[in-house]
Amino acid sequence: MRRPFRDVTGHVSRREFLQVSGIAGGGILLATFLEPFAALEALGATPAAEFTPNAFIRITPDGIVTIIAQNPELGQGVKTMLPMLIAEELDVDWKDVHVEQAPFDATKFNNQFAGGSRATPTHWVPMRRAGAAARVMLVSAAAHKWGVPESECETASGVVHHRASGRALVYGALAEAAASVPAPDLKTLALKEPKDFKIIGTRIRGVDTHAIVTGKPLYGIDVTLPGMLYATFEKCPVFGGNVVNANLAEVRAQPGVRHAFVIDKGSALGDRNGSGLDGFALDGIAIVADSWWHAKSARQKLRVSWNEGPGAEQSSARFAASAAELSTQPPQWTLHRDGDVDMALRSAPKIVRAAYFYPFIAHATLEPQNCTAHFRDGKLELWAGTQMPEIGRGLIAKTFGIAENDITIHIMRSGGGFGRRLHNDFMLEAAWIAKMAGAPVKLLWTREDDIQHDFYRPAGWHYLAGGVDASGKLVAWRNHFVSFGEGKTFATSASIAPIEFPARFVPHFALEASVMPLALPTGYLRAPISNGVAFATQSFIDELAHTAGKDPLQFRLDLLANVQPDTPASGEAPRGQRGSDFDPARMRGVLELVAEKSGWGTRRLPRGSGMGVAFHYSHSGYFAEVVQARVSHSGKISIDNVWVAGDVGSDIINPLNAENQVQGSVLDGIAEALAQEITIERGRVVQTNFHDFPLLRVTQAPPVDVHFRKTQFAPTGIGEPALPPVIPALCSAIFAATGKRIRTLPLSKHDLRWT
Amino acid sequence: MTVTFKVNGKPVTVDVPPDMPLLWVLRDVLDLKGTKFGCGAAHCGACTVQLRGVPTRSCVLPVSAVQGSEVTTIEGLSSDGSHHLQRAWEELDVPQCGYCQAGQLMSAAALLAKNPKPSDADIDAAMNGNLCRCATYIRIRQAIHRAAAMKMEVTVAGRVRGSGASTP
Repeated sequence: MRRPFRDVTGHVSRREFLQVSGIAGGGILLATFLEPFAALEALGATPAAEFTPNAFIRITPDGIVTIIAQNPELGQGVKTMLPMLIAEELDVDWKDVHVEQAPFDATKFNNQFAGGSRATPTHWVPMRRAGAAARVMLVSAAAHKWGVPESECETASGVVHHRASGRALVYGALAEAAASVPAPDLKTLALKEPKDFKIIGTRIRGVDTHAIVTGKPLYGIDVTLPGMLYATFEKCPVFGGNVVNANLAEVRAQPGVRHAFVIDKGSALGDRNGSGLDGFALDGIAIVADSWWHAKSARQKLRVSWNEGPGAEQSSARFAASAAELSTQPPQWTLHRDGDVDMALRSAPKIVRAAYFYPFIAHATLEPQNCTAHFRDGKLELWAGTQMPEIGRGLIAKTFGIAENDITIHIMRSGGGFGRRLHNDFMLEAAWIAKMAGAPVKLLWTREDDIQHDFYRPAGWHYLAGGVDASGKLVAWRNHFVSFGEGKTFATSASIAPIEFPARFVPHFALEASVMPLALPTGYLRAPISNGVAFATQSFIDELAHTAGKDPLQFRLDLLANVQPDTPASGEAPRGQRGSDFDPARMRGVLELVAEKSGWGTRRLPRGSGMGVAFHYSHSGYFAEVVQARVSHSGKISIDNVWVAGDVGSDIINPLNAENQVQGSVLDGIAEALAQEITIERGRVVQTNFHDFPLLRVTQAPPVDVHFRKTQFAPTGIGEPALPPVIPALCSAIFAATGKRIRTLPLSKHDLRWT
Repeated sequence: MTVTFKVNGKPVTVDVPPDMPLLWVLRDVLDLKGTKFGCGAAHCGACTVQLRGVPTRSCVLPVSAVQGSEVTTIEGLSSDGSHHLQRAWEELDVPQCGYCQAGQLMSAAALLAKNPKPSDADIDAAMNGNLCRCATYIRIRQAIHRAAAMKMEVTVAGRVRGSGASTP
């Protein structure tokens, strides 16, 4: 960020004149400027106290406005967005703002995490209040100085004005005085009217973009400490397995190796409640060396005998067989029921039954998991790309028996998160290795470690039955959801909302569940749960529309209009019930918008081409999407275009980033649908790297047209909800093109040839 | 083993195992952290540098193979972001997480050096080996076109001034 020149006397007119002259006259006039601190020293003054009205703002007498970004940045744009909210109400120009990433600090910050698309709804008001509070204090300081009422003062572009007398003071000049003004009551602060927004709603570039394109160190992997060693960590390929023995003496004799040791903490750490670990075990062999290449080279000589444990019995084939078996049996429990679905399915003139499946998927952040740790005098310092530092700290404190206050976490920019870094296994490993090594250590996973030791998006099976009446209206819906878990508890991210759509839009509805055990860590992948459930439910709605002989988009509009009167629901709703705030009018709004933008129903496409539509509500966001795709005779899929209509409320805080997020979400969903799958054999993940777990390529990326429908609701997040609909929309486009209904993912496993 | 080569125009000599990939020499020996590790197997392109102007995956290239060669990294594209590709990337705000972008830029720079006005198909062919997990591909394409246009503007302006300079 450019540092603004500020005249320490705060006389705006002169300074503005100088700035203008400076620009017009090139470097010569600029050279006559006094460096702000030099000016103070020339006057015999010491630098005055800075103004830090709260944990988010620092204004120094030289006029530099620093805004603290509290949340972890993973590419979702939060390091730019949250400071925008503060700067708006502080009433400074964005070009004059310097943004600084906060370390983890629970004493200063609330909700310092990245997940669930929560930053926008959580911070929309508090961040603006933080800015407004500072502005009020600066106004108060100026009013006091001038002996005028505060009500006669106003602000603009980092300056307090008293128009009546023509006086003005820059914020920097008020920093010292404002520091002694009592902080106002946050709840009584008036916030700007949306029409007065100068920053919110404008296209602001990422605060780190310049550093990224010039290759500056920003990420966890870039951390270097004096005397730092490098580590690699080999874990059992079977989850929950541990070390029997290893040729450590041979490994230690390899060039550059300083330490090689077994970590045998067992799965005692893996309690499923509250730790955020969900069953991962800190067991394996650490190799610590002078460079990461030395450590990795030595690892190639490592021979380990593992006790693989019961996890070795697992395989994708067995899961599939168990799911098929469970589907033939009565469901283990009912999540939600309305009406009499058995009767309705018996009497409906048209019935469809279908089984849907989606596989395990890895997160595959491009920056592999890593963390740098340093134990010193009983205290631990960590540098990590983490989405959930608080959970990581708790986990580490518990493991080492040290106080949480003795753990410092520096939040580094993450090379992608997508939910992977909600889990802090890599932090715990680094801490343990650094403690054993007695030196600062950077632990870096290989890509193979990363693909094979993830917290996977769980696979899921949906056994669906639906009935439409003679008029083509959906009257019955049953979903027997087969997933993973124990008793009546789903494994992490392997659940479904009891009133997931189309609950409450069908008179006879049943959502039932059965689970099987799983010894594999599962977790949240971008738009968790929704990224699988939307595929199954929206694809099945498409089947029902086809059966009903209705246009798939009109069928959905009709369904959304068919709100059922409130009836007492039966069934057992577990904690985390979502979806009760679903507003069908908002969904109809985006569906109509995407129909218009995509020209739905207005084009005649040749055979082999087709359009598909789907919508999904998640993370408080309403998204409807249309995909136009082509399937060649040889079965190759090409996507011509995607149209997106989204409703995330009244304001798109940073449209430049919001469009990028939506396009990225859509392409991410396409990547998942096309070819991503993690399979398990003998308890091991089969895939190892990007050749068998393919990311999307530039040649596969279609244009994605993004449209927002602004509504009167408070704004909500944009990092996730655009992902789920694209998968069923793509699959329905393929159906429209070829007549082949896609009921299992990924698409790469389907033979789509046609003649 | 001692290996001598040039990085961003500066001669360097390193004493490292001969099989150590150039990536780790750049990152951990020469402290040039802009080049990234993504896969270690030349699948993703995050580690792309230019070797004598040719985009090269540094994660699988033993340092012994660059003896006497000229290597350009993201830090050498320009340290101040003045290269037209860096400016275009900033103007369109291409990055999300940003981790792949150094590799994307190095591949794009090699493309534009050969082909000053690439089509979408040219871009797809040249950039297909650079994976972006955030899928910023739409903006990557736009930014390459934008940079090509910027480069043209400079060329035309240079000719008008009669300086004879073609490109920065």
